[in-house]
Amino acid sequence: MTLAVQHLWLIPALPLAAAVIGALVPRSGRTLAAGAAIGAMAGAFLLACLALAGALADPSAHQVFNFSWFDLGAGALRLGFLLDPLTAFMAVMVTFVSLLIFIFSTGYMKEDANAKQFFCFLSLFAAAMLGLIVANSLLLLFVCWELVGLASYLLIGFWFHKPSAAAAAKKAFITTRIGDLGFLLGLLWLQDAQGTLLFYDGGAGFLEPAALANLSALLPCGLAASTAIGLLVFCGAVGKSGQFPLHVWLPDAMEGPTPVSALIHAATMVAAGVFLIARVYPLMAADQALTGVPVHALTVVAGIGAITALLGALIATAQNDIKRILAFSTVSQLGYMMLALGVGSWVAAIFHLLTHAFFKALLFLGAGSVIHAAHHEQDIRRLGGLSQKMKVTFITFTIGTMALVGVPLFFSGFWSKEAILHAAHGWQVSHLPFYAAVLGVVLTAFYNTRLMAETFFGSSRSENAGHAHENGPAMTLPLVMLAACAVLLSLVNLPSYPWLQAKLLGLHEVHGHPLFEGAGLMGLSVLLVALGIGFGWALYGRHPRAKAESPDPLAARAPGPMSALANRLGFDELYAATVGRLNDALATLSDLLDRFVWGGVIRFLAGLGQFTGLVSRETDERTLNGGFDSTSKGLRGAGQAYSDAQTGEAHGYLRTLALGFVILLILVVLGGAR
Amino acid sequence: MNPLQLCLILSSLLFCIGLAGALARSNTILVLLGIELMLNAANLNFIAFWRYGPHAATGTGVVFVIFAIAVAAAEAAVGLALVIAVHRHRKSVRLQDANTLKG
Repeated sequence: MTLAVQHLWLIPALPLAAAVIGALVPRSGRTLAAGAAIGAMAGAFLLACLALAGALADPSAHQVFNFSWFDLGAGALRLGFLLDPLTAFMAVMVTFVSLLIFIFSTGYMKEDANAKQFFCFLSLFAAAMLGLIVANSLLLLFVCWELVGLASYLLIGFWFHKPSAAAAAKKAFITTRIGDLGFLLGLLWLQDAQGTLLFYDGGAGFLEPAALANLSALLPCGLAASTAIGLLVFCGAVGKSGQFPLHVWLPDAMEGPTPVSALIHAATMVAAGVFLIARVYPLMAADQALTGVPVHALTVVAGIGAITALLGALIATAQNDIKRILAFSTVSQLGYMMLALGVGSWVAAIFHLLTHAFFKALLFLGAGSVIHAAHHEQDIRRLGGLSQKMKVTFITFTIGTMALVGVPLFFSGFWSKEAILHAAHGWQVSHLPFYAAVLGVVLTAFYNTRLMAETFFGSSRSENAGHAHENGPAMTLPLVMLAACAVLLSLVNLPSYPWLQAKLLGLHEVHGHPLFEGAGLMGLSVLLVALGIGFGWALYGRHPRAKAESPDPLAARAPGPMSALANRLGFDELYAATVGRLNDALATLSDLLDRFVWGGVIRFLAGLGQFTGLVSRETDERTLNGGFDSTSKGLRGAGQAYSDAQTGEAHGYLRTLALGFVILLILVVLGGAR
Repeated sequence: MNPLQLCLILSSLLFCIGLAGALARSNTILVLLGIELMLNAANLNFIAFWRYGPHAATGTGVVFVIFAIAVAAAEAAVGLALVIAVHRHRKSVRLQDANTLKG
């Protein structure tokens, strides 16, 4: 039994229905809202599994279902759904991780009065994300993309009564919007150049050879059209996936509830950018065959990815908030994925995306479990000693950390990271991204060791941490399941049996390599991981911090660089000083223009109107009214006179009549008879 | 003095008597009586001018006067009905009391 592509829309429709239910029930209906959300997500997960079965039946095919949205001149704007292994794997991952996070949320949001709204927003988010995945049209994808942005705004600002949360929500929305502008421009350009926004359309979609050949024509500026469009679309991915230089919103987004951080800012939403680039990979790679062009689109992707990977890892070493450390590690890992895309191994990027989604969701939920138990204490300097108090959280968190760090052999993160390092090493253009990635591996191992040591070992350094105890099964069960996935997922793409890779590439046969092919590279990375862990343990684990106020051993040795890193290298300040200042200046200028120039014109026009009105009124009152008034006064006077003549005295009338008769008689007599 | 002049003097006297009555009396019915006299003076003039005029052979003057008398009778009926209606309201037939239609 499989899910046909015609019914693929059911996958996003289910959570959307749950969101509607969540929006309509009263505030007391939290159980109903949560039940609807979880039930819909479970249904969507089953459908996604069926879709996966359908996609794997013929992995090389892109099954599409296109339909006309509305007519546009001679043509029509068409949308559609697409079912191929990439869509199916993403859908299964998103629904599964979302399901576990929804379950976790029932525990985490137990005390929140607005919980039903929370589930409504979560469902809306999941619906938008799933819509984005199943779309076969860049336009439909863009619509869902913006819905994802909206849902993330609502969720980051869920505790909007905190000014910092409201500001973080705005920051996330506006920063990603900057990237989305590029995306929109690319989309319009593509529609103009190719006349279709469908990915696959039986040979007419823009990801199919005919269109790609057309799009690789050179523009006057020396770039191929596909390069320019690809880079514009990549702008959107930079914003959404928190890549340098638009990474600043992602750490601030940790103001939202922790399940949100796990769902949006680790597992799914930020992965949307990576997914987008993987989806339009044929477009991004269309200019590879061209020589003599100034830059290839994928080279930019690789460069941005390498910078982000290194930058995120560096900044993470100096953060003290448990969620911020994880946020910057997300930034760094997304950089790895972009790097893999840029060097041409989109399969490695998707593999890392899938494994990362599981272990990062696990880490965030573990952090949520810690925060929930420690009464919202998030500063790792004030935690400590939790390994004994929270055994399940500790063990699962350790598994997640080892997967993130890339501890060899038994953890999925190791294999996906190996695939990326391997691809980066094999890149012909430059070796710099490879070195950045290698350095990032050491740093990742280091800061995660620090996180573990500070949070779980040593002694409790605050009252809240001292009173912490393990959470209920609604919160620990998802942790255990995610931990299992973080380990088992390595099995789907071992080098000796790269099943996932074969399916994503549309191969029917799985061609394996020896498990330890490229053992030199593997040995190097194992060595680097060991180095990072050893270094971290030596600094933080061997002599655990005694009090929350004790100085950081690394900061004590190198105060300058570490405080710069703690300030996130001043990107926020830089943006505030440049973009923010520019924006303020423009706003002031606009205000002045408005107030004096435009306002002056408007006031002048208003004055002119008023003056005309005055003149008109004066003319009316003095001249016209005067004439009419005197005429009507005369009329009234005459009427009054006639009226007065009507005395009502019949004798009076008779007398008048008699008088008239007499006068007539006299005239006749005097005038002589004629 | 020819007969026409005598007739005209008679009708003038009749008219003056009617006018004097109408002016002197305050009882509405008597005023109406006076007015009837004045009307009949006019009718007498009609007859006289016809009888001593050039077409005395035709019956035009008589027909005219008969019509005038018929109309006057109808008027008198209306006038008396008005007097009765006013009397019902005002309990009076004095002409001076019926002055509500003044301007």
